[in-house]
Amino acid sequence: MMKRLPLSIALLFLTLTSLPLAAQDWIKTGTGLGVEKIRIAAPDFRGSVEAQTIQYDKTFNDVLWSDLEQAGIFDMVSKSFYPLGQFAQPADIKPEAWSVEPPNASMVAFGNIALDAGNVSVQGWLYDVKNPQNAQVLAKQYRETASADNVRVIAHRFANEIIFRLGGGVNGITDTHIYFVRHAAGAKEIWKMDYDGYGQKAITKFGSISLSPRVTPDGSRIAFASMYGGGWNILMYSTDLNRSLTFPKFGGTNLSPAWSSDGMHLAFSSSRAGFPNIYVSDQNGNGLRQLTNGKGPDVSPVWNPKTNAQIAFVSGRTGLPQIYVMDADGTNPQRLTDDGYAVSPSWSPNGQFLTFAWIRHYGPGAPGAQDIYIMDVASRQWVQLTHDSGRNDFPSWSPDGRHVVYQSNKNGSDQIWTMLADGNQQHPLTTSGVNSQPNWGAK
Amino acid sequence: MEDEVNHRTKWFVLSLALALILVGSACQKKVAPPPPPPPPPPPQPTATISVSPESILKGQSATLTWSSQNANDINIDGIGKVDAQGSQSVTPGASATYHLVAKGPGGSADATARLTVTVPPPPPPPPPPAQVNDDDLFAQNVKDVFFDYDKYDIRADGQGAIQANASFMQAHPNVKITIEGHCDERGSTEYNLALGDNRANAAKSALVSAGVSADRIKTISYGKEKPVCTESTETCWQQNRRAHFVYGQR
Repeated sequence: MMKRLPLSIALLFLTLTSLPLAAQDWIKTGTGLGVEKIRIAAPDFRGSVEAQTIQYDKTFNDVLWSDLEQAGIFDMVSKSFYPLGQFAQPADIKPEAWSVEPPNASMVAFGNIALDAGNVSVQGWLYDVKNPQNAQVLAKQYRETASADNVRVIAHRFANEIIFRLGGGVNGITDTHIYFVRHAAGAKEIWKMDYDGYGQKAITKFGSISLSPRVTPDGSRIAFASMYGGGWNILMYSTDLNRSLTFPKFGGTNLSPAWSSDGMHLAFSSSRAGFPNIYVSDQNGNGLRQLTNGKGPDVSPVWNPKTNAQIAFVSGRTGLPQIYVMDADGTNPQRLTDDGYAVSPSWSPNGQFLTFAWIRHYGPGAPGAQDIYIMDVASRQWVQLTHDSGRNDFPSWSPDGRHVVYQSNKNGSDQIWTMLADGNQQHPLTTSGVNSQPNWGAK
Repeated sequence: MEDEVNHRTKWFVLSLALALILVGSACQKKVAPPPPPPPPPPPQPTATISVSPESILKGQSATLTWSSQNANDINIDGIGKVDAQGSQSVTPGASATYHLVAKGPGGSADATARLTVTVPPPPPPPPPPAQVNDDDLFAQNVKDVFFDYDKYDIRADGQGAIQANASFMQAHPNVKITIEGHCDERGSTEYNLALGDNRANAAKSALVSAGVSADRIKTISYGKEKPVCTESTETCWQQNRRAHFVYGQR
């Protein structure tokens, strides 16, 4: 009789054949994804029987479910396993019906949604059904002017409360935004969308080529590189005022701006002194300091957001571009990648990891797609996240450190994709037009 | 009244005497001698004038020749009083008519001679200064420089193009240019913009080393944003890895 291998051993086998086990471990722990996922049930919020709430019900329930499912810390219990009934109030929840098989849920999020006098009201609870004596974890109320957008906002808020409470006090991403580049009619413009791809809208309408958007940590301004106005300059846009702000023109070609995590400094590439090198200025473009010399080309700097004491960047100083890291004053440059073609670094919020795009096997006859990788900066160990043919580029960490948004042409054209930081749950956020260079904002 | 009658008689006789004298004179007229015959009229002046040659180019001279007879006052318009006959060199700036008037006791005579002055065709203009007003001329003579993958150093074939471009720039000292740096599609957007910048600057440096003044050259990078072709082949990729020379500076 053949004994079935314990699941853990089988998993070990799997991981050993594909990845260094140690690397995968610290990716999981570093991103908080490796902890056992919480089994959560989210039955539909019920509204009143009146027809006008039905449209909002569906929007609310779809968004809430999607937010919890994408959070990276939950194992969603399928609705087909739920007990029968309506679950609009705490009295409707019998913990013992939820905590056993088939649902076998640990947590249940439920509530009701109602329209009155042009407002939409939501009551939501989070119950720990394995702990019936102290089941209530959250009890929330929301009220906004009734609209589809506001229903989404409420669902995002409620989901965030759940994620924050159950995810170890790390704020969720449900109310964050992603800035990206939309290609249209020969021009490239800066656009913005919700973290889940909803509400895509233009920010710039210059009719020029604008690239590499980076939003400030407080969400108030977007820096980007643009040919608008002649030559390549760093331009600044205020999301509060909905207009451009003045920013110095440094001369030469100026590219790839990056904010320090306190919003006080900007790093970028400039060829004002003859060759593309990394520079730093304050948030107004004053106090310019040159950090790298040589011929470069040096480009794509990014700050360590935990300390702001290091800057990673791309340099072609030895040939094909490689990832380097140096102190924020330009001293002590270290090369991190050993070979291939490595570009587009993004530094994780906890300061531990870089994600970047890499073609590991490069040159004629060596097939190599460009994939997204994560590297532990201290140990230089890396993990490959995408394994597709085609080109993946411009990964950007989410503010919760659990997700990476990136650009991929695996479906035929460049689009914005998102995934968990362990490479799971990859799916596109944009499907129409051509879209590139996403930047995940904290706001 | 004897006295009165004497007076009257005296006056009568006197008046009668006067009348007789008057009549007598008249009578004397009838019998004056015949006047002398008028002298024969003086001969009519004659005049001739001619010019040889009759047609000259502006700046050349012709000879005016005239003669007259029976005249003592000979004038040629524009020249003045002249002898009865003679000749004179004339160098008019434009066609002229020489009008001779000869006056004498017998009257006057005149004659004219016409001299035609033609303006020679203007000399051919000097060759225009060496200035390019024509995009085609630039495009025919100025060549792009091509690069190896991920490189911005000028290859041997690029050196030839640089030299030819520098010669053109030196022959047309008013020309200003922009050098665009381009990359093929395979690289990443940001890195390719920086690499394109290096390519444009390398081509500029090479031109400057070949003697072209740096202020005649602007550079701009387009990375992989503006390819000339989009096929995923080495042929197309090589066409895109270039420093592209553009007439003018925007």
